[in-house]
Amino acid sequence: MLKINVIGAGILGLWQAYRFAKAGHQVHLLEKSETLFETASSRLAGAMLAPFCESEASQRDLIPHALRSLALWSEGPCDFESKGTLIIAPPRDRVELTSFAKRTIEHQHIKSETIAQLEPSLEGRFNEALYFEKEGHLAPRPALKALITAFRDLGGEVTLGFTGTAPKADYTIDTRGMGAKSELKAKDRALRPVRGEMVVVHAPGLKLYRPIRLLHPRMPSYIVPWPDDHYMIGATVIESDDEGPITLRSGLELLGSAFTVHPAFGDAKIIEFNAGSRPSFFDNLPKIVLDETHIFVNGAYRHGFLLAPLLAELVLAHIENGEPIEGLFQ
Amino acid sequence: MTNSQFKLYDTSLSSRLIMGTALYPSPQSLIDSVNAGGSEIVTLSLRRETAGDGAANDFWAHIQKLNVNLLPNTAGCKTAKDAITTAQMAREIFGTKWLKLEVIANDDTLQPDLFELVEATKELSSQGFQVFPYTTEDLGAAEKLLEAGAEVLMPWGAPIGTGRGLMNPYALRTMRSYFPDTPLIVDAGIGAPSHAAEAMEMGYDAILLNTAIAKAGDPVAMGKAFKLAVEAGHLAHQALLIEQRDMASPSTPVAGTPFFDLDNLN
Repeated sequence: MLKINVIGAGILGLWQAYRFAKAGHQVHLLEKSETLFETASSRLAGAMLAPFCESEASQRDLIPHALRSLALWSEGPCDFESKGTLIIAPPRDRVELTSFAKRTIEHQHIKSETIAQLEPSLEGRFNEALYFEKEGHLAPRPALKALITAFRDLGGEVTLGFTGTAPKADYTIDTRGMGAKSELKAKDRALRPVRGEMVVVHAPGLKLYRPIRLLHPRMPSYIVPWPDDHYMIGATVIESDDEGPITLRSGLELLGSAFTVHPAFGDAKIIEFNAGSRPSFFDNLPKIVLDETHIFVNGAYRHGFLLAPLLAELVLAHIENGEPIEGLFQ
Repeated sequence: MTNSQFKLYDTSLSSRLIMGTALYPSPQSLIDSVNAGGSEIVTLSLRRETAGDGAANDFWAHIQKLNVNLLPNTAGCKTAKDAITTAQMAREIFGTKWLKLEVIANDDTLQPDLFELVEATKELSSQGFQVFPYTTEDLGAAEKLLEAGAEVLMPWGAPIGTGRGLMNPYALRTMRSYFPDTPLIVDAGIGAPSHAAEAMEMGYDAILLNTAIAKAGDPVAMGKAFKLAVEAGHLAHQALLIEQRDMASPSTPVAGTPFFDLDNLN
């Protein structure tokens, strides 16, 4: 049994803590904020478990790893949905569907009839769509809670408001996101924030079962169903370290895209506008950076929920069996 | 030698491919693509990249490692006034007199506003900027832009991001003939390397594009493809293309060819 510190209680840190505790190690989770998840980027995530859609942006190498990670979610303590992803485009931009289809695998090209079977609310609204049946999604905040509950049930210790030096341990797993920027810079790893903005609405008049991605030449967006008729609408991707609230323009664009998907969103109540940073390396892939017994796990970009279980598995295999870190994540 | 030197304002260049820096899957992919494309000039959007300090600085540090000329743009500006303010900020931040002047008239087509464009060119030239105006093939507007101080013109191939290629080859050809000595760059609308080659074959001096490489399935390979196409088109223009003919003319001379049935000589 090893003594392990995990710093940072976002999705990466929680999976590391949970996985090491499950493997029988003595784990201490240290979090800077006084309230759980207060500053974690993870609470703003779309939390789509979408290996194929996410590979659209030239990252095909990621698919096998993402699939392995997706399978690991089912061994974890969180509820998640396996209803696939639906990709739609306004009639004028249907070429975007063709383009998306060309760049991805494992999708079906479906017509209005099948769309209506999958999502009755969208009946008659779109003539065609791409359906990625093998993808899933989850509600990020309940998932974070389920992970920390499971971690505590396994005997894990949690310290909130942590600022000082970590207690003595065999290994420290550092998942602080942008908080680790200067230490990573010293190791010649440039971490940068990629701003994302999102909206949460309550739309009891509507029922969507799976993430809907709306393609658009200028402003692609997605809608993810959250529990109790809530929907998360996201998300901008801006190269900026601005940490201020969402801009009016982004808000308008996100809400406008929801309205495009279904006019019933017009009657939805706006519950939350939010903005945060995605810690990212230059290739937008997460990295496991080894510094003797200090192990950085960082830079999840848009892939925190998708890859967190796999990253925990890789760090565990490295510490327990000395297995080398997979090249993509070095 | 595949690329003769040419000049934009006082800068000598050999690469005739100018690349935008937006829409790439990651900064690493951008850097690899620019290297593959061999560009010596990249455009940058001030509004986007300077929304904050730290991230922008990291981004710059890497762009600057590419050792290329920066061509800041005024993307998204809709009035001369707005463009002038953006230009002044860009000069301050990037330390260059170069400016890709973009003033948008219509939000759907992103067509340049020629009236505001001329006005902004005049003012910015008088302030010492070296203006690269994003314009149409309109010759009247082009003349006014040159009078206003621009020494380079950048007509569109098609609306930004549409990838439709040269929508009006006749007008682009006319523009090339009308301004034989002005550096002309086809900016926007290029979707395929063949489009870039077509413009270069017409005698355009360079090609400016972003989406066609950034949104390709493999941006690095597409960067290389555009590099080759631009070089091929330029070389073809220098080598003097043949004219199209009505009548077929055999490439193998027939005079003196025996016309026996060689298979049945026995």
